[in-house]
Amino acid sequence: MLTIADKTFTSRLFVGTGKFSSSDIMRQALEASECEMVTVALRRVELDDPGDDIMQAIGGGKFFFLPNTAGARDAVEAVRLARLARAAGGGNWLKLEVTPDPRTLLPDPVETLKAAEELVQDGFVVLPYINADPVLALRLQEVGAAAVMPLGAPIGTNRGLLTRPLLEIIIEQMEVPVVVDAGIGTPSQAAAAMEMGADAVLVNTAIAVAGDPVAMAAAFGQAVIAGRRAYKAGLGAIACRAAASSPQTGLEFLR
Amino acid sequence: MKIIVNGEERFLETEILVTDYVKSLDLDPETVVVEVDGRIITRQDYQSTLLLDGAEVELIRFIGGGQDADDCR
Amino acid sequence: MNNFSLPDFKQLRDMSRRADEAAVQQALRTNRPTLNDLAALLSPAAGRRITALAARSAEITRQRFGCAIQIYAPIYVSNYCINRCAYCGFSAGNRIKRRVLDIDEAAREAELLKGRGVNHILLVSGESPERAGVDYFVALAQRLRDHFAAISIEIQPLDEDEYAQLFAAGITSVAVYQETYDRELYPTLHLSGKKRDYDYRLATPQRAAAAGMREVGIGALLGLSDWRAEGMALGMHLAWLRHQFWRTALTVSFPRLQPAAGGFTALQQVGERQLSQLLFALRIFDHDVGLLISTREEARYRDGMLGLGPTRYSAGSCTAPGGYSDEQEATEQFEVDDHRSVDEVCAVIRQRGLEPVRKDWDAGFQMAASA
Repeated sequence: MLTIADKTFTSRLFVGTGKFSSSDIMRQALEASECEMVTVALRRVELDDPGDDIMQAIGGGKFFFLPNTAGARDAVEAVRLARLARAAGGGNWLKLEVTPDPRTLLPDPVETLKAAEELVQDGFVVLPYINADPVLALRLQEVGAAAVMPLGAPIGTNRGLLTRPLLEIIIEQMEVPVVVDAGIGTPSQAAAAMEMGADAVLVNTAIAVAGDPVAMAAAFGQAVIAGRRAYKAGLGAIACRAAASSPQTGLEFLR
Repeated sequence: MKIIVNGEERFLETEILVTDYVKSLDLDPETVVVEVDGRIITRQDYQSTLLLDGAEVELIRFIGGGQDADDCR
Repeated sequence: MNNFSLPDFKQLRDMSRRADEAAVQQALRTNRPTLNDLAALLSPAAGRRITALAARSAEITRQRFGCAIQIYAPIYVSNYCINRCAYCGFSAGNRIKRRVLDIDEAAREAELLKGRGVNHILLVSGESPERAGVDYFVALAQRLRDHFAAISIEIQPLDEDEYAQLFAAGITSVAVYQETYDRELYPTLHLSGKKRDYDYRLATPQRAAAAGMREVGIGALLGLSDWRAEGMALGMHLAWLRHQFWRTALTVSFPRLQPAAGGFTALQQVGERQLSQLLFALRIFDHDVGLLISTREEARYRDGMLGLGPTRYSAGSCTAPGGYSDEQEATEQFEVDDHRSVDEVCAVIRQRGLEPVRKDWDAGFQMAASA
């Protein structure tokens, strides 16, 4: 069981709800993935064409909604979006994203820390999206973040765990859960993150844009379970070379 | 009278309650958040808040969104 | 803030004996050792593989610390003590010549060490707040801070605000040893004085870290209780401190009981092989921890261990207050076994292809930061 703040989750796969071709495919994919936590964004209603209401498609208590602050470029905007999300019935959980650079959508560490501190004070359960920066992760933990969500690779690149050595440090050092977010393009990459000891992963694009999103969602669901099991089972260390070729350290001096 | 809704001008014959205006757009008041002149109107107040002439209104709701702003565009 | 707590000591003892050869192999290979791996490394099975432990420890040490061996020397400023501890030469009940250096005398000792090339000093005292309390160490640190790269203390445990005062005065590092993590044995050795309070002492490293100290040292006096279980406790304490205080560097010392006034005999024999296994195990468990070997150990052993895991050596030490100025001075805390000068020790370190580092931090930076 994964515990974040005061909630427990059976599934360690979080799924983002963007980029799906239809609400119906999205709902089926979420069900196939067996995820419990889904992320949603806030936007202005298109007045002339309101379109489908995501709450009607996947509301009703089956999924736990994690609103994000996607689109926020600084702390002020993120805090405003967070309060709107809470007013919209999104509860007090929040995936904090502050991405000032529209080209890379990489998170701004300074504004993220600032916003996290303010939102925690305001009663939010804050899960910040961050670069794989171990010290930033600790600073966020200190101001009360409920989890951290470091990226594996720049968003949407499907390049997997490019930040692996830093993720290893983050996973090793944190008291709060670590959710690897962004960059995971294949089920094997999700499994690899879980094998490293990540508490959960968040996947969106790789499912939404797959040839068969429903089948891909199921594959991710299984990969996350397999990776977690492997981690719990205790992986054998990968030896760079046979242990026997270690230098013969002289201990003749011992008495 | 004229109000600004999500940046667009809208003309109304008379002042109207938030809850009635949301319904008139075929939206579910339970899933929409309303900001009037920069202040969030809590759901309990939909029934008692009137949109007056010149009001700047933001109607916001959840949409599909994943890891980044790009997903939502 | 939670307090650090330990499982029952007997449980630690059992844990550290269980491992088989396969568990030892696994612990030697993994890059992220768990407490189970530490238990395996401390086990009798690992004792039979001590050469492999030494090789792994050497490899990690080389990777993390390069060729550097830090050099420091203690200045014993007072041997007054309010505690009666069965094993200690400074114990309140012992009829020894007592002395506390005044600030000028302590500064003279420091000057002598500086002249011998020591740039990192460790101020040591018995535990007597009346003779050498916070005000005394603040005054001494302010006097010395401009002349030394780093000033550490090994004195009575203090409260957090007192550590903060010392930090502001220029002390950057605190060492305090639990002596034994064996809660049942502890009161039988610490017969009277404030040191009887096991829990206050156990929470001392965290108070020092919370006060902002750059470095905190822990340790167990080897020869009191089961050394494998002490190793488990040290590992758990390290891991806990790392998680709670990520800004603080950590060190472990490995004092072995040496003959001292009072004539206490060790309750457990800890030989050089056991001492080495404990040190290697902690290095493999925590790649970044500083490991100290003092002049309690003889030159042959210290020279042999160079490059295998330790990162800091004391040198040219005298453990009696005023001992550098006057060789006939008051009674020592224990007998030193490596009598070589700082230069001699540094020469051997260089011969082994390592680099003695006398200055690892500059107190000047800290003044700028806290001004």
